[in-house]
Order: sequence, then C-alpha cells, then structure tokens
Amino acid sequence: MSGTYFAIMAALVLAGFFLGAQRARGVRGDQAGMLHSLPAYHGLYIAAAVLTVMMVIFVVGAPLASHYVVSQGLGAFDPSEVAEQLHRDAALRDIQNLIAGIYQGEPSDKLKAAAAAYSAASSLVYWGLNIFGVLAGAAVIFWGLGRITPELRARNQFERFVKYVLLASSGVAILTTIGIVLSVVFEAMHFFSKVSPIDFLFGLQWSPQTAMRADQVGSSGAFGIVPLIAGTLLITVIAMLVAGPLGLFSAIYMAEYATPRIRSVVKPILEILAGIPTVVLGFFAALTVAPLIRGWGQSFGLDVASESALAAGLVMGMMIIPFVSSLSDDVINAVPQSLRDGSYAMGATKSETIKKVVLPAALPGIVSAFMLAISRAVGETMIVVMAAGLAANLTFNPLAAVTTVTVQIKTLLVGDQEFDSAKTLSAFALGLVLFFFTLALNYIALKIVQKYREQYD
Amino acid sequence: MDTMIKTPVADSAPRIARERPLKIKARNVDVYYGEKHAINDLSIDIPDSAVSAFIGPSGCGKSTFLRSINRMNDTIPSCRVTGNIEIDGRDIYDRTLDVVQLRARIGMVFQKPNPFPKSIYENVAYGPRIHGFARNKTDLEEIVVTSLKKAGLFEEVKDRLDHSGTSLSGGQQQRLCIARAIAVNPEVILMDEPCSALDPIATARIEELIDELRQNFCIVIVTHSMQQAARVSQLTAFFHLGNLVEVGDTDDIFTAPKDKRTQDYITGRFG
Repeated sequence: MSGTYFAIMAALVLAGFFLGAQRARGVRGDQAGMLHSLPAYHGLYIAAAVLTVMMVIFVVGAPLASHYVVSQGLGAFDPSEVAEQLHRDAALRDIQNLIAGIYQGEPSDKLKAAAAAYSAASSLVYWGLNIFGVLAGAAVIFWGLGRITPELRARNQFERFVKYVLLASSGVAILTTIGIVLSVVFEAMHFFSKVSPIDFLFGLQWSPQTAMRADQVGSSGAFGIVPLIAGTLLITVIAMLVAGPLGLFSAIYMAEYATPRIRSVVKPILEILAGIPTVVLGFFAALTVAPLIRGWGQSFGLDVASESALAAGLVMGMMIIPFVSSLSDDVINAVPQSLRDGSYAMGATKSETIKKVVLPAALPGIVSAFMLAISRAVGETMIVVMAAGLAANLTFNPLAAVTTVTVQIKTLLVGDQEFDSAKTLSAFALGLVLFFFTLALNYIALKIVQKYREQYD
Repeated sequence: MDTMIKTPVADSAPRIARERPLKIKARNVDVYYGEKHAINDLSIDIPDSAVSAFIGPSGCGKSTFLRSINRMNDTIPSCRVTGNIEIDGRDIYDRTLDVVQLRARIGMVFQKPNPFPKSIYENVAYGPRIHGFARNKTDLEEIVVTSLKKAGLFEEVKDRLDHSGTSLSGGQQQRLCIARAIAVNPEVILMDEPCSALDPIATARIEELIDELRQNFCIVIVTHSMQQAARVSQLTAFFHLGNLVEVGDTDDIFTAPKDKRTQDYITGRFG
C-alpha cells in the first residue's frame, strides 16, 4: 500500500518542482531581476508544499485506514470472540494467512466471510488513500502555481521549510532517547514494586534465580547490586590503569615526538585496535589472557580463578587505549604552537614544555577522553561476559572471578523468560543504574573541565 | 676569524657599535628551509646595551635571522643554518653548547602575545622555576614582583596575580610576556614584531618599556613599522629578499641611506 503512495508522492514532488520553476520563468519573462527569488526556489517551494501535505495525509491516513480494515475484518466475528487482545491477534493472523493462501487446514465459513470483508476493505482503503493523495498533491501544485508572482518570497519560505526539516530530525533523536529512558524507568518501577529499592541498592547478595514453585530451594532470590557495582568498578579501574597511561603516553609520543612519517604509520595501527570487534577481544581474554594469568599466578603460588577480573580488565584496557590516545592526540595537537614556542624560548626542554604547558592546556580534552573511555568500559559487555564470569562475588581481589552490571543484564534477558518476574524486570533496574552511572560520570567530567580549563585564546 | 669579516660590517662600523661592547657577532650566515634559501650570506655586529632594529618587507628573512639567534629554528625540522653566530665570543651552533642553557640566556617576545594559560604569577615564575633560580618561595615572589615592575605591569595586576594570564588585554599580555622573558635575567631579548597585534596606546607603552630595558639588555627587535624602528632603536639593519642590504646608526639609515633599496623602502616606494 505504502510503496505506491510514496512513488506517487515522488512523482508529484518532482512535477511540482519543474512546474513551479517553469511558471516562475514564465512570470519573469526576459527581465532577470524581476523575481524576488530564483526560479529554482519557486520550484522547491511548491515541491516542499506537496511533500509536506502528502506526508501529513499519509501519517494521519495510514493508521486510520488500517484501523478501518481491521475492524471490517473482525466485524465478521462475534464481539465476544474477539474481546481479548490475544484472540483478536490470532483471528487477524488467520485472516491474513487465508488471504495469502498459507492457512493450515480447512477455514470456517466465518473466517472466509471475515477474509472477504478484510480484503474488500483493504482494496477500498488502498485506492482511497492513493486517489486522495494524488488529488491533494495536484491541488497543492495548482494552488502553488497560482501564488507564483514576482514578489513571492519563495527563497525565504523554502529556508523556513529547511529549518523545520532539521528541527524534526533532531526531534526524532531526542524523542527516541526520552522514549528509551521512560521505558526503562517504567519497567524498573514494576521491579521496584516487587523488590524494595533499598534492598536493591544496598543489598550485598545477588542471586536472581527465583524458583518456579514456592517449595523449591532458593525461591526467594536476592537482588542486591553492590557486588555487581563492585565488580564493574574493579574491572573499570584495572582497564583504566592500563589504558590511561598507555593511551596518554602514546598520544604524547605521536603528537610531540614522532616524525610525520612514524606518525602516519603508528596512528592508523592504533586505530585498527579500535576496530577489533569486542567479541574477538572477549575470546582473546578468555582463551589466551586468562589462562596465562592463571599460569603465572600458580607459578607464584597464588590462587587464581580461571575467569578473573584481571584478565577482563587488561583486555578491556587494550580495547579503550585507542579512545584515550586518539582523542588526547587531537586535543594535544590543538594546543597552539605559539605556547610551545614561548616555553622553548624560555629555555624549557621538550618534556618540561609538555608537562608544564601543553598538558595543562589540553587538560579539559584529556579529561573528557578519559571519561569517555570510562563510560565505554562501564558499558562494555562482551569481554566481561567471556572473561570475568558470572559469579557475583563481593571482592576487590583482581584475581577472583567477579561479574558486572552489563553481564547480569545480558544473562537475565538471554533465553526464554517470563516478562513479569522480578528476575527479568531487574534487568531494567540494572539498566537504569547503569544509565545514571554514566550520566553522573559525564556530569563530573563537565564540571572538572569547567573548573580546570586553561583557556588559551 | 677576523679575516672572514665582510662588508657591510667592515668598512665603516656604525658609531653605536664602536661605542658599546660587541654582544652578537654573525658571520656568513645562511639559512635554508628545505630548498628555500631564506638568508643569504649575512654578517652583522650587534652591540650590547642598545636596541637594534631589523626592518624590511615581509619574507625578507629578518624574523628568520632573529630566530637563529636563540636557535628557535631548531624546532623546525626542515630548517638548516650554516655560518657562524657568536654571543660573547662563544659559537652558539657549537655541538657542545646546550641549547636549553642558551635559550635561558636569551629572552624572546613573540608577535602575538602568548602567555601560558596559567595565572599571571605562574607565567612570570615559569622560567625561574624550570631553571631553579629561586631558593625558596620568598625569593621567587621577589623575582616575580621585580620582573612585573620592570615590565611596567605590576601596578595594574598586583591585586590579581592569581588571575589567568589570558584574561589580560592584548597590551598587558605582551608586557606579561616581556616580564616572563626578563624574569630569568637574560642577556639578550629578541622581539619579533612585538607590537603588531596591539593598538597605538599599548604600542607606546611597550616602546617606552623597550627604551628603559635598553640600559641593561641587548635588545633586538624585528618591526614592520619604520617609525617604531626610528623611535626605539639605535642601530637599524635593512633586509631585502634574504640579504642584509644595509646596516648603520638609526639616524643615518633614516636620514641618509646609502643603498637605493633602503631609500625606496623607507620612503614607502615598496614593501
């Protein structure tokens, strides 16, 4: 249904453009300066008007049309038969299967009648919408052509249209974000009606395995996120201990010491590191790094779990090095050369200049690079799923197995789940916690940047 | 060494150069940027306790030569300097000489004021700190205050030494840069068009300051303004297309230039 409509719309928009431009040229005659706007803008003006009107008709008309079709189809059944949403959906599916010729078994007379009503209604709507669209589009073109005079401010009008298109685009992005947040908040509220927020935020025990029946073992479930937060923090700290110095130092090397030739080789290689899928890094962590660490640990007589926070943290650190180095490199390069010259002219050495002038001037950017890296580390899932394990131990021992918020969300939602159990809903509460955690990080980063900004302009 | 001396230094040395001790001696200096020959066989004597001005049209090599005196050209990979530049009889391109120590003895003020994005105090304390001039906090404070006073900035900023150096006006920023340069008590101060980004009032203040500093320092200034050269300098050197065309007492250069090109330039016929 919609394919035809959009084809018609495209044709009418094009027609509007050419007719409008042509009319404008006709109005202008030989005098080039007579029109307020160039002919092309008159064309665009009409095209934009056609597009707007036909889009509005579709956006309003299509849902109305499908509602009408469904009600016609279901009208063949007794109201009591289709009172519930579940039954309505089933009946609708039967109707659609019958029309498509893939219905299993012998359809009842009632179903046949419903299918007939359904297809009659949909062809009516199909023609109705298309014809109405064509008429409306044509009417707009006709109206627009009538408005074309030398004084028409077509260019300004089109400018306004552009502004609204851009506004609508950013609106979609913002509304989507708000929608996601609200959906998480509502599901989390369901969860908090089952588990108290105090227990959730301050509980020291995490074992979401609620039993099916009350007489089974472990039927209560425990939803304390402290072990998860601790695990997340532990792995993030390890990752930042790896990525912070390595990333920053390699950025300093690339920005200040490397010759252009070395830089042109080293920088792309570092950026390839950012392109390695995290799932690959994950099995690298689980199959290569974790056994290596365990082997070393055993040779020192330490008790190392086969899935350890250290392995996950190290590999995650490798993953975020490119974020730190690439962003820091950019901000270090953005520090004006005149500041370096000023420092060299004072008799400072290269490293003194970097330490005392370049890095302080680049600090806001470096801090935000670190914060971005931390956000990545906190939100990273694949590496920790594979390398850190599922055991919710409350420990800060990097050699033990820990688990993180993201790993638990993934575990809770993978596989067949009831969508109203506390176990499943807790994933949304965890998501909410993660969301606020990253939000807080970003806010802190912003404050740090504002406080310590050394402006160099 | 003396056999290498060439014109224009040799024939009749400027009065100022005869009256004052010699500070900077350059002989047969050539500077190349990659393939580009920026300075061609330059020889000049620059006296101590005086202001020497380099004038000439854009791209004539005057800034390039200035940056050769404190080896700032070292920071440009494609740049190559040949010939001989001596300060107090010591070759500054000598391999055994530490460029960091050299630059500590030579202050530089740039075309665009470039205070560090630090407090006013920290800007001036920068040099003394990295060279370990001050034994304690009081010492350092004294150096900072004296330098700011010498730069004529202290009265304006004494209540806000902890404010950012970049919050000052353009003229104040440039005086801050001068204070920063003199805080390490250099022997030579190089100024690369120090007033080109400033308004006339700020320019006048800087010029007064240069005149005061002349008592204690050897000052070399590159300028586009011939009035400025005439006002502040005692020795003037005219550069053209990488050549040092003429050097002499400022009064002579502006009243009786020997070379046709100098005359054309100072009368505004080109440049």
